[in-house]
Amino acid sequence: MSAARRCSPPRALAGLFIWHLKKTGIRQVPCQFVHLCRVANDRLITFQYFNFLKRMYVTQYNKDLSQRAKPKSDSVASPFRESQQLDQEKKVIHKIIPISPVHQPLSKTSNINELKEMKLAAEIEGSATPLRAESKEERQWKEMKLRLDDLPGILARLSKIKLTALVVCTASAGFAMAPVPFDLTCFLLASLGTGLASCAANSINQFFEVPFDSNMNRTKNRPLVRGQISPLLAVCFAASCGVPGIALLTLGVNPLTGALGAFNIFLYTCCYTPMKRMSIANTWVGAVVGAIPPVMGWTAATGSLDAGALLLGGILYSWQFPHFNALSWGLREDYSRGGYCMMSVTHPGLCRRVALRHCVALIGLSTVAPVLDITTWTFPIISLPINLYISYLGFRFYRDADRSSSRKLFFCSLWHLPMLLLVMFSCKKSLLEKEEKGDLHGGSHGRAMEMRLP
Amino acid sequence: MAAARAGRALRAAGGSCCHRCSSSSSSGGGAGPGFRPPPHSRHDWIGPPDRLSNLRPVIFHVPRDESALERRLREARQDAQAWNQRFWAQQNAAFQQEKEEFIYSRLKAKGLAVRDETGQKATLNAEEMADFYKDFLSKNFRKHMHYNRDWYKRNFTITFLMGQVALVRALRWLRWKKKSVGN
Repeated sequence: MSAARRCSPPRALAGLFIWHLKKTGIRQVPCQFVHLCRVANDRLITFQYFNFLKRMYVTQYNKDLSQRAKPKSDSVASPFRESQQLDQEKKVIHKIIPISPVHQPLSKTSNINELKEMKLAAEIEGSATPLRAESKEERQWKEMKLRLDDLPGILARLSKIKLTALVVCTASAGFAMAPVPFDLTCFLLASLGTGLASCAANSINQFFEVPFDSNMNRTKNRPLVRGQISPLLAVCFAASCGVPGIALLTLGVNPLTGALGAFNIFLYTCCYTPMKRMSIANTWVGAVVGAIPPVMGWTAATGSLDAGALLLGGILYSWQFPHFNALSWGLREDYSRGGYCMMSVTHPGLCRRVALRHCVALIGLSTVAPVLDITTWTFPIISLPINLYISYLGFRFYRDADRSSSRKLFFCSLWHLPMLLLVMFSCKKSLLEKEEKGDLHGGSHGRAMEMRLP
Repeated sequence: MAAARAGRALRAAGGSCCHRCSSSSSSGGGAGPGFRPPPHSRHDWIGPPDRLSNLRPVIFHVPRDESALERRLREARQDAQAWNQRFWAQQNAAFQQEKEEFIYSRLKAKGLAVRDETGQKATLNAEEMADFYKDFLSKNFRKHMHYNRDWYKRNFTITFLMGQVALVRALRWLRWKKKSVGN
């Protein structure tokens, strides 16, 4: 808690998303970029600010990445007490925890007996006064009544609004890269529809995963876990986002985009979410889920699924691996205890190989872009430094296989993607150039216009 | 200060004995002997995460005019809560125990003491623990498969029942509204 409050002036990285700073109860150095902040004792803190949301921190404590929400003026929650508990819980991650006597079957091994003796000793030193603990516990009980002024914040967290925003950005990138004249209405409809579909998918995901989320540090402050919203309401919210979202995409944009959106919701909720607990193949399915939004953006603009859409999807697909594999490296304990089948736990070598492979693939895919006439040849040249850098970090992760290299790779992936998309957009091949060359895209543009008219 | 806190605790504990409320049956440390929701409250109450299972226990409110459907819903939720609590408490306890055994055996194999000179407990880093995590996950795979299947079933049932209860309540409210408008 106190660590989060202290912050030395951050090093601003390349400007990513600029968010308005929300004045909160916790005093911080005002920052308007996503940046890294190195505090004493090697703790990295990433701040992400939104003007209408509560702040989320990815904090590193005791070399473990975890995420927790700090509600600003949540009258229902008592953040301080919970945070203290969180801090305590975090502190014991890699230490032998003095736990209260759990009923254990008699064991013949000397190891167990020695352990028991140590535990008993630890207990005696570690217990708090009963009365204080009890009244503190009582204050932590909350009435499960839905308060309307908390509802926007709760729904924002339920729909994983930051992830949704990222998904909408990638869809917009797909739209922007499409070789057709920019249509603002279509763009807004496509973005809104994609955003709603993403909200729906995320809500259903949280609905399915309540007990698992409770047991993982990263996710234990989600609304359903904390009982701030009932499962019924979560499902209704998902339906009320998903149905209009898909309808908007199908009727307001084109049926292809609507179909892709519906398919993506299905893939995420009915394939990826259950598969997380069944097989490591879930990572590949999840990568497809992440790759579809830019494809949707492209099809929203052009009405057809052509090579450019697949290339953009391919870039997002490849990006998912260094991003997720690096993140999952620090969560192995939680995954193991919670029963999640992730490569980082079961096949660590594969995990790192795949991450490296896809970092390098990004270089290849960036080179294919001008070949498909999506960008000029300056794109692979300008994007080479950042692609090489992430590949280098991927290689370090592959070779070192430790916490610091995985963290570096993860944080690099956070700025790498927006930069790549920005560079891609700035190197986009202009329509005029293409029309002068008289190539096929002029024809497909006409086709696209036909498809958009009802 | 302590006296005030003690007073508050006693009041909270003794205040609502007459209020009918059902707490989760085998909730271990979470529900605690002390907490009772205030008598005027007509909602469920949710508590801090249980020490063993990390799940938050819920004390379900039993309304005086509880219908059969509502009772089914409440019982399903209580049942699921107890079942979840049992599973995760056992799972987490097994994890902690096996983890300690693993650390102990590894430290012994390395010839290191469990506590070093400063009295701190020695730990293994994440890479050394990786073998344990992989082993634990594969050992418990089938258990998790069964748990997942049951959890999805219970979750759907409970949510469906919630939907039915909400629908019945809404219809009842509409009928009452019509009647009062008619009068």
